[in-house]
Amino acid sequence: MSEKQSPKTFLPNEGDDSGCSCDCGKIEAILAKYNNDRGRLMDILIDVQDSQGCVGKEAVAKIAKVFNMSKVDVVQTLSFYHFFSQTPRGKYTVYLNDSAVAEMMGRDEITKAFEEEVGCKFGSVSEDGRIGLFDTACIGMNDQEPSAIINKRVFTKLTKEKVAKIVKGMKNDFEVEDLPCTDVQDNILMQGPILTKDTEIGEAVRKAVFMSPEEVIEEIKQSNLRGRGGAGFPTALKWRFCRNAPGEKHYVFCNADEGEPGTFKDRVILTERPNLLFAGMTIAGYAIGAEEGILYLRYEYKFMEKQLEEVLTNLRNKGLLGKDVAGKEGFNYDIRIQSGGGAYVCGEESALLESAEGKRGEPRDRPPFPVVKGYMQQPTSVNNVETFCSVAKIMHKSAKWYRSLGTLDSTGSKLVSVSGDCERPGIYEIEWGFTVQDVLNLVGARNVQAVQVGGPSGKCIAPNDFNRKLAYEDLSTGGSIIVIGKQRDLLKDIVMNFLDFFIEESCGSCVPCRAMTVQYKKKMEKIIAGKGVKKDIDQMLSWEKVMLMNRCGLGQSACNPVISTIKNFRELYDAKIQKTDYVSQFDLAAAVKESCKTAGRIPNLGGNHE
Amino acid sequence: MSKPIVATTSLAGCFGCHMSLLDIDERILDLIELVEFNKSPIDDIKTFTKYCDIGIIEGGCCNSENVHVLQEFRKNCKTLVVLGECAIMGGLPALRNNAAPISECLEEAYLNCVSVQANDEKIIPNDEELPMILDRVYPCHEIVKIDYFLPGCPPTADLIWNALVALVTGNEMELPYEVLKYD
Amino acid sequence: MNKILITIDGKGYLVESDKTVLEVARENKIFIPTLCNLQGIKPQGSCRICTCMIDGRMMTACTTPVSNNMIVITKTEELDKLRSNIVELLFAEGNHFCPSCERSGNCELQALAYLYKIMVPEFDYIFPNRNVDATHPKIILDHNRCILCKRCIRRKKEAENPTWFVFKNRGDKVQINFDHELTADFDDEMAQKAMDTCPVGAIIRKEKGYDVPMGKRKYDKHPINCDCIKCKE
Repeated sequence: MSEKQSPKTFLPNEGDDSGCSCDCGKIEAILAKYNNDRGRLMDILIDVQDSQGCVGKEAVAKIAKVFNMSKVDVVQTLSFYHFFSQTPRGKYTVYLNDSAVAEMMGRDEITKAFEEEVGCKFGSVSEDGRIGLFDTACIGMNDQEPSAIINKRVFTKLTKEKVAKIVKGMKNDFEVEDLPCTDVQDNILMQGPILTKDTEIGEAVRKAVFMSPEEVIEEIKQSNLRGRGGAGFPTALKWRFCRNAPGEKHYVFCNADEGEPGTFKDRVILTERPNLLFAGMTIAGYAIGAEEGILYLRYEYKFMEKQLEEVLTNLRNKGLLGKDVAGKEGFNYDIRIQSGGGAYVCGEESALLESAEGKRGEPRDRPPFPVVKGYMQQPTSVNNVETFCSVAKIMHKSAKWYRSLGTLDSTGSKLVSVSGDCERPGIYEIEWGFTVQDVLNLVGARNVQAVQVGGPSGKCIAPNDFNRKLAYEDLSTGGSIIVIGKQRDLLKDIVMNFLDFFIEESCGSCVPCRAMTVQYKKKMEKIIAGKGVKKDIDQMLSWEKVMLMNRCGLGQSACNPVISTIKNFRELYDAKIQKTDYVSQFDLAAAVKESCKTAGRIPNLGGNHE
Repeated sequence: MSKPIVATTSLAGCFGCHMSLLDIDERILDLIELVEFNKSPIDDIKTFTKYCDIGIIEGGCCNSENVHVLQEFRKNCKTLVVLGECAIMGGLPALRNNAAPISECLEEAYLNCVSVQANDEKIIPNDEELPMILDRVYPCHEIVKIDYFLPGCPPTADLIWNALVALVTGNEMELPYEVLKYD
Repeated sequence: MNKILITIDGKGYLVESDKTVLEVARENKIFIPTLCNLQGIKPQGSCRICTCMIDGRMMTACTTPVSNNMIVITKTEELDKLRSNIVELLFAEGNHFCPSCERSGNCELQALAYLYKIMVPEFDYIFPNRNVDATHPKIILDHNRCILCKRCIRRKKEAENPTWFVFKNRGDKVQINFDHELTADFDDEMAQKAMDTCPVGAIIRKEKGYDVPMGKRKYDKHPINCDCIKCKE
């Protein structure tokens, strides 16, 4: 073989370690902070990333050595998460949201503004290594887009002018806290039973802990509360399974990995009603017999971590966490925060647990279910932020009260996050049973082409379905409602964005999720380019069944953007396809351009070629 | 009834599939009874002289001439059959698809490679008469509509024979396990 | 051990309750296609090819434990179509040039494609830009051919600590990665073991290959679901 074989092809695939020199002392200190606990790898990686700007080769080696892991094993976890990097990402790292709504609200202009001001393209770091520009999936700010995260802080409603100010600040070495334009609005526009501040937290917890755990579960059962993450599993049933499962320890997890694009209700609860959430987690801990509750907080919400810690400290001081909680002898319970590293799939409960254990956030095979073998192989109940809040309210006010709200199958209320083409995006707490049109009226949405209910993994519905109810028995939703106006190109602006999202966020384990999403994208590109035929649409429909073979909900719903738009907006597809059985996508001019340029000849495209 | 007319060609292939076609041994005598050949390297007819029933394509498309020939086949044949891995998915020529951009491939082949001896003027062939190289090797079905696919490198003689018999007779193709192979 | 009753393809079986559906099927000579599964290592259900209808739902046979009165359907026209789709997806997402592959004829992916008689491409070939890592003294890791089944990862994970083979990245950028330092002293036997773990030609031994002539390789004459004595050895 020639000595001059392409170097790229024969290099080992070690992480690129160019330019990183880590401070080893610092890394040791970080490891010590977490008691050299392998299970806390996520926290360690976050701290290293924050303090060093990357998790470089030396840091990887150090961590591997302490944990008796191979280096590639450390990379295995770190390369899974969006916010960890083996190469430096700048002193300031800008993560600009690229969700569909961000695009609708003018992200394009902001992208250009950042690139011009900073002097580098997205996906790279400025030459002086100071500022890195990167895309990121929905950061839970759809009500105030375009927005970005810079060193954990959130900058909302960006304009060209704001970008100029922010970049100027970064160039002048401002502390991130001192950069302008970080006002995150809560945007609570309609309060209902959950958000209304009429519950004394201590009272709710006290009421629960002086009942028996079984009675607490029974009360929740009577309320008919179902999981608010979207799947709608009965909360009491989950707790009972968990309580009854044998194990050395039981765990409560709060799933605050609110990654579904368009959802931001958990963000608002976490910043505006954290006490209610922690009360709910404490009640859950009592009910299932846990001593530890863990709040799995998505990396995007790290900006609120300090405040949450303060709330927890306050609860400990009040005796509502710690030893003999709320005066109940023998009920020792505390809550800690576990940060994520940027991965949508970690919103899936078993993936979340894997991640919390310091591993790749890949969903587990079931059975066993987390209630039997969850965190550290112990019985674990993972519930949504909103579910816990409902629990606290139910304990305070009774199941009977709760049952009087909503519909028969969907009791209580629902926080919906509304964004997109409407006058008043924000949080609306509605009773289950509201129709889509009711919500549209509330938010001031006119000229609506479509509504995306439940985020990309949900459904895209057309006006003739706007009279459908938001309820588990009709349109189930985790809370994301995106209003899409008539001015939008549904296929290009929405469906393609969602497909890119699913391709990027797949854990990569199941074949259909990893590979079929790419095939969907190819087909959609073909159709949008006007080169599609009816067979392409038929094939996409037939592939849905293959997607259902995936292990987790992410994979199973990753084709929903396409399937639901084909079903509800077929005319958009029909208008784009050719009425023939075959169209070639081949473009001779494009195909020969580079070779002709290299050889120095003018392409001859005339005459013989079509 | 007149005999079905068959045309064949090899694009970015190695003629191995044509060799395999000849590998049907004595059945070639039956084949001649069954069909009439038109444009094909087998009878050395260079251009189509009539509309054909079956066009058999070996090889994918790596240059503009391949594309042109393939499009001619589509125009002049009722049914197109692609023969072998190269025609179906690019085959070995398509190894370049993911190895390097075409500019690098050309520079390596004509300028930088250690075996380049006498190219002092550093010329990458650019005569107008030469076919233009495509950015990657394309499977045939990405260029024109293909009706049937016969895998193999080359497809076994039996696979080719069974397919031709099925096409000519209109019967379903026999496909025993040993006949379908990708190498 | 407790015996329980399960029904597979309409026939009842009394089986041990700690088995998976796949194990029970294998014991009873019922063929369920697999790819990411390797006997003796922990199943993971990532290829999804062994998906069966289990109590009316699509579930992977390799990871689902049997339960009393379970009803399993291992083969329908639709299931086979879905499985065949998965096999083809794997061909389309990587760079699988069978004619030049050392593993051809002994490759499980190829054998499944033969089983499902895949001839007509339904998916676009992606032609991803992937590397070949030939820097190790004993083995070559060809990412072009890797189907990301994780058999190498799981085998090493159970046998060795620290782990040698791992995943890297996620989504369509996921790839196998291995530790060169820890595997530096691989002998021929270890290299062979690594190669045998791989269902395709992604892990191959250096300076070895094509040693069985065409026509005599594992899947040349006998399909992957073959029941003959020779294949069951």
